Amino acid sequence: MIDPSLQALVSQIFLGLVNGSIYALLSVGLTVIFGLLRIVNFVHGAQYMVGAFLSYILLIEFGIGFWWSLLLSPLIVSAVSAVIERVMISRLYNIDHVYGLLFTLGLTLVTEGVFRYCFGSAGRAYVVPPSLSGTVDLGFVVFPRYRLFVVLASIIICFATWLVIEKTRAGSYLRAANENPDLLRVFGVNVPLLLTATYGFGAALAAVAGTLAAPIYQVGPFMGGTILIVVFAIVVIGGMGSIKGTIVASYLLGVTEALTKIAFPQASSMAVFVIMAAVLVLRPEGLFGRNE
Amino acid sequence: MTIKLILAVLVAVVALVAPFLLYPFLLMKMMCLALVAASFNLLFGFGGMLSFGHAAFIGSAAYLTSYAAKVLHLDPMLSILLGVATAALIGLAFGMVAIRRRGIQFAMITLALSQLVYFVLLQAPFTHGEDGLQDVPRGMLFGIVSLQNSINMYYFILGTAVLAMAAIYRLVNSPFGQILIAIRDNEAKATSLGYNIHRYKLGLLVFAAAIAGLGGALKALLFQIATLNDATYIASTEVVIVAVIGGLGTMSGPVLGASAIILLDWLFAEVEFPVMVVNGLVFMACVLMFRQGIAGGIDGIKSHWNVLAKRVANV
Repeated sequence: MIDPSLQALVSQIFLGLVNGSIYALLSVGLTVIFGLLRIVNFVHGAQYMVGAFLSYILLIEFGIGFWWSLLLSPLIVSAVSAVIERVMISRLYNIDHVYGLLFTLGLTLVTEGVFRYCFGSAGRAYVVPPSLSGTVDLGFVVFPRYRLFVVLASIIICFATWLVIEKTRAGSYLRAANENPDLLRVFGVNVPLLLTATYGFGAALAAVAGTLAAPIYQVGPFMGGTILIVVFAIVVIGGMGSIKGTIVASYLLGVTEALTKIAFPQASSMAVFVIMAAVLVLRPEGLFGRNE
Repeated sequence: MTIKLILAVLVAVVALVAPFLLYPFLLMKMMCLALVAASFNLLFGFGGMLSFGHAAFIGSAAYLTSYAAKVLHLDPMLSILLGVATAALIGLAFGMVAIRRRGIQFAMITLALSQLVYFVLLQAPFTHGEDGLQDVPRGMLFGIVSLQNSINMYYFILGTAVLAMAAIYRLVNSPFGQILIAIRDNEAKATSLGYNIHRYKLGLLVFAAAIAGLGGALKALLFQIATLNDATYIASTEVVIVAVIGGLGTMSGPVLGASAIILLDWLFAEVEFPVMVVNGLVFMACVLMFRQGIAGGIDGIKSHWNVLAKRVANV
């Protein structure tokens, strides 16, 4: 018989890991886009929301289940986002990168507004897929199977992303484009295509996060907003431009948030921001960032 | 020069007569919005510091002013001063944490810090959480003029707003302003000339926060309510939109932008289609193509007009 408070603690830490998993997927997408395109993709939260909504729509309107949504939703979001990047966002690369942030802010308003108009402000429920329902009993503690899946999926995807960028040839093009896009173009690499592909990939990550999150949180037009701000804070803490940093910071802060909920329940939503303020004062470039 | 003078007199006359021709509430709402947009414009259009945290300044000032007026029964002037001071203090706190970060990082940090303020306001007992502070009395200005009267309130807000804009103008065209321009254009060079750039930027931030606080305080007294809506990140983004649409880096931009947004809100009030989407589309168009905003558009028309006039004169 395990001490019930220890069991509660482990459960809470696990919940923190689940939140952290969603944060990690979102923050990696943001970091990848920022690292290469140098714009802060404010519409990331909306891409996450659209990803979740697409899963919902696919299920309700077309009877298409979770596993197909996991493939289709990121594909659709990624394709639409790539088109937007090619047609509109790319025009802003030559001027102050702040305008990229502002433009994606406008996109967010339009997207959230349209979804609110079509679906109302209230959240919709998305049922846990039957193949992943139920619990996993580890002897000393019981975990919901779906949430365990989310944590594992997130770890695998984040690790795979890091691996591709740091260790593969395609990733090396990305890192080279980060440092000197013109020189890379001289070598014959199609840099604009690389930019579009990267943006599409980042958007896909957001949509995957949304699809995974749909059964856990409610699907609503404004679900992207508050989570995006937390993810921004995490990216600052981890160090902007560092993928490893954001992944670590995401899980760490997910767990910290959960632990704070036990210790000081009222402060749990503020925990991430307070930590961000502290990091900025003590180590401004972030935990893993490089000083520019 | 005389054209400018005539224009200025015209604007002054319109401003003084407006409440008898148009709905005063809309005009006052526009002025409050113009003030917060002016604050953002000063910080970003002039100082190069993109702030996504204006909701913290507006919201905190709104709450403190409402609290002072409703619970402490202070004179509206004192309530407003309290609100402005609160906003300035929060600006100072933000600055201590964020001032060394540049551009996009500064924006993200102010956004997160503003969310922190939101959560504090949500939980603080004096704000009554989701209910907000309601039935805030406008009070008697200096004990003689009742601000409950819309016309009185209009002139009060008009006077205050004009003073605030004058203060901004004075700041921009002062040695302090010149140094800020230098810092914005080339931080390294300004540092090498011996200026403590962080101190100057902090000063601008505090001043801008105070102006935003003034907007928030006046808005609280105008609507006679302070709610959490003023402190959300959505409020911050609204400020950004108004300022960009109006035209960054200009004195008239905030007023033009505020008028445009209030007009759009009013036009779409009866229609089902969300005005948020329309605002977003106009905003996106401005960021992509009309970066000078409405003010820039007017300038463009003026210069075209001048070119045409010269051509006609040469014929």
